[in-house]
Amino acid sequence: MEYLKAFVVGGIICVIGQILIDKTKLTSARILVLFVVAGCLLGGLGLYKPLVDFAGAGATVPLPGFGYKMAKGVMDEIDAKGLAGLITGGIQAAAGGITAAIIFSFLAALVFEPKEK
Amino acid sequence: MDQSNKGKARYQELVKEVSPNSHLAADCFKAFCVGGLICTLGQFITNYFTTRQYPEDKASLYTSVILIFCAILLTGLGLYEKIGKFAGAGSIVPITGFANSVASPAIEFKKEGWILGLGAKMFIVAGPVIVYGTLASFLVGIIYYFMK
Amino acid sequence: MLKKTGDQSIVFEDPVSILCTASTVGPKEGEGPLASYFDVVHEDIMVGEDSWEKAESTMAKDNFGLVLHKSGLNKKSIDFVLSGDLSNQLTGSTFGVRDLELPFLGIFGACSTFGEGIGLGSILIDGGFAHYVMSGASSHFCAAEKQFRFPLELGTQRPLTSSWTVTGHGAAILAKSGPAPYITSFTVGKIIDMGITDANNMGAAMAPAAVDTLTAHFKDTGRNPDYYDMILTGDLGYVGHEIVSRMMTQEGYTMGSNYSDCGIEIFDREKQDTHSGGSGCACSAVTFSGYLYQQMKKGQLNKILLVPTGALMSPTSVQQNETIPGVAHAVAIENTKGDN
Repeated sequence: MEYLKAFVVGGIICVIGQILIDKTKLTSARILVLFVVAGCLLGGLGLYKPLVDFAGAGATVPLPGFGYKMAKGVMDEIDAKGLAGLITGGIQAAAGGITAAIIFSFLAALVFEPKEK
Repeated sequence: MDQSNKGKARYQELVKEVSPNSHLAADCFKAFCVGGLICTLGQFITNYFTTRQYPEDKASLYTSVILIFCAILLTGLGLYEKIGKFAGAGSIVPITGFANSVASPAIEFKKEGWILGLGAKMFIVAGPVIVYGTLASFLVGIIYYFMK
Repeated sequence: MLKKTGDQSIVFEDPVSILCTASTVGPKEGEGPLASYFDVVHEDIMVGEDSWEKAESTMAKDNFGLVLHKSGLNKKSIDFVLSGDLSNQLTGSTFGVRDLELPFLGIFGACSTFGEGIGLGSILIDGGFAHYVMSGASSHFCAAEKQFRFPLELGTQRPLTSSWTVTGHGAAILAKSGPAPYITSFTVGKIIDMGITDANNMGAAMAPAAVDTLTAHFKDTGRNPDYYDMILTGDLGYVGHEIVSRMMTQEGYTMGSNYSDCGIEIFDREKQDTHSGGSGCACSAVTFSGYLYQQMKKGQLNKILLVPTGALMSPTSVQQNETIPGVAHAVAIENTKGDN
C-alpha cells in the first residue's frame, strides 16, 4: 500500500513539473529551483510534513523533498543550537546528497568519456 | 520588414500558429510513470533499511546515496539521457535528476582540465538548486527563530 | 559608378565558377537521406580526437585538404581562404586552417556563414583581387550543445520546434575562370529581429531575415520565385519553412513546390527524431557542397538560390533575456552565365 502511495504522489509531483516544462517557457533549471524553494517554504510552514508522513519516498525523493529536508534541518538545528543552527542547518541536511553527488560524479568522470546523444 | 511592436506582435501570433505543440498528455503520462517508479524504488530501499532496524534518518540518507549512485552510473553509461528524453520531468524532478545534473558536466568538462574544467563546472546546472535551497532554508530559519 | 544592384545585391559582371566542392559529415548525417552525396562520412563523431572541439577542427582541416586535392590546384594558387563556424572565437576554423599557411579571413554569420563565405569570395574574384578563393563552414553537434545548451549526458527533453546541429564541414573552391555552376549574384542580408526569445525555436527566430533577404533579392534582380529550379533556405526547418511560405505570400511572392530548406532535406524527420530539422553552419554547407552541387553538375538543377540563415545570439545574450535576431544571405547559383 505504501508503495502505491509513493508511486502516485511522486508521479503527481513529476507531472506538475512536466506541465511546467511543456506549457511555460521555464527551463528545467528554473523549474528545479522553483520546486526546491517551494518544498523548503512548505516545510517551514509545516505543510510538507503531512505529505511525507503519507507518501514517504513519494514526497522525499522528488526535489521539493530536498527543500523540505533543508528547512527541517535548519529548524532542528535552531532548536538544538540556537542561532548557530540558522547558519549550519540547511547545508548540513543537504550534505549527504551533495557529497555523494560529488564523489560519484568525480569517479564517473575518471571512468567514462563524454558520449554523443 | 515591419519591425515595429505591432509587426512583432503579429509575427509572434503567426509563430504560435505554426509551431507544433508538445504532446502534453503523453508527456505527463510518461513523467508520472517514471517519476512514480523512481520514488517507489526509493521507498523499497528505505524499507530495506528500516526493517533491519536502521534509524529513520540513516535509512533516508542511504536511500539518497544509493539513488544518486545509480543515476550517476546510468549517466556515465549514456543511459540516463535516454531515460530523460522519454520521461522528461519524471527523470528531472527526483533526486536522480540532481545527480545526473552534477555528473553530466563533470564528465563533459573534464576535457578542460580537472580544476578549471571538471572542478569549476561540476555545479553549472545544479548550482542554482543549492544556492536557492540554502537561501530559502535560511529565510525559513530566520522566521522560525524569531517566532520561537 | 557603384557596381551594386539595388539596395543589397551584387550581380557579378563575370559570374564566378565553383570549381569543385567537398563535404565531410558525422554519423547521423551519414544515416540521412543525402548520405550518398557526401564525400566523407565519419562513423566516429570524435574523428579520433579527444574532444568535440578538436574533432571539428580536424574535420575542417581534412575537408579543406580534400577540396584542394579534388581541384588539382597547387595550394599556392589559392589567394584567400574564408572560413567560419559556431565555436567561441571561431576556433573550429582557425585551428583547422592554420596548417594551410594561406591568407585567412575568418568570418561569422552563425548558420549563414557558408553563404557569406562564397558571396564574399565571389566579390574578391569578380573585383579582380583573386583568381582562386577557398571557402568553407563547419559545425559539430556535440560542441554546439556543450557551448550553447547543456552537457550531452544531461537528461533533458527537446521541444518539437528545436533543431539538430549538423556535424560536418562543407567547402568550395571558387575560380575566376572555370566550368559551371556559376555564382551569378549575392544579396547581402540585414539583421532582422522580430522579438523571438525562445532559443528552442530557431526557425521562428531566423525566418523573418530569410523573408527580408528573399524580397530584397527579387526586388533588386527583378526575378520571381519561379525563376529558380530550387530555392533553399539554410536551416529554418519545418517550422521556419512554413513561416516563410506564409510571409512571402503576404509580400506578394508565391513560394511554390520549388522552395525547400537544407535543414528539412538533410535528416529524415521520422526515422532520425530530429524534430524541426537540421541546423548549424554545416547544414547549408554540406547540403550544397554534397547534394546540390552534384545535382547542378548533372544538370538536374540549373538555377538555384541558396539562402543560408543565421541566428545571432550567444549563451550570455539569451541569459540576459535578449531577443534572437536573424540574418540571411542569398546566393544565386546557375549553370549558365545568363544575362549578367
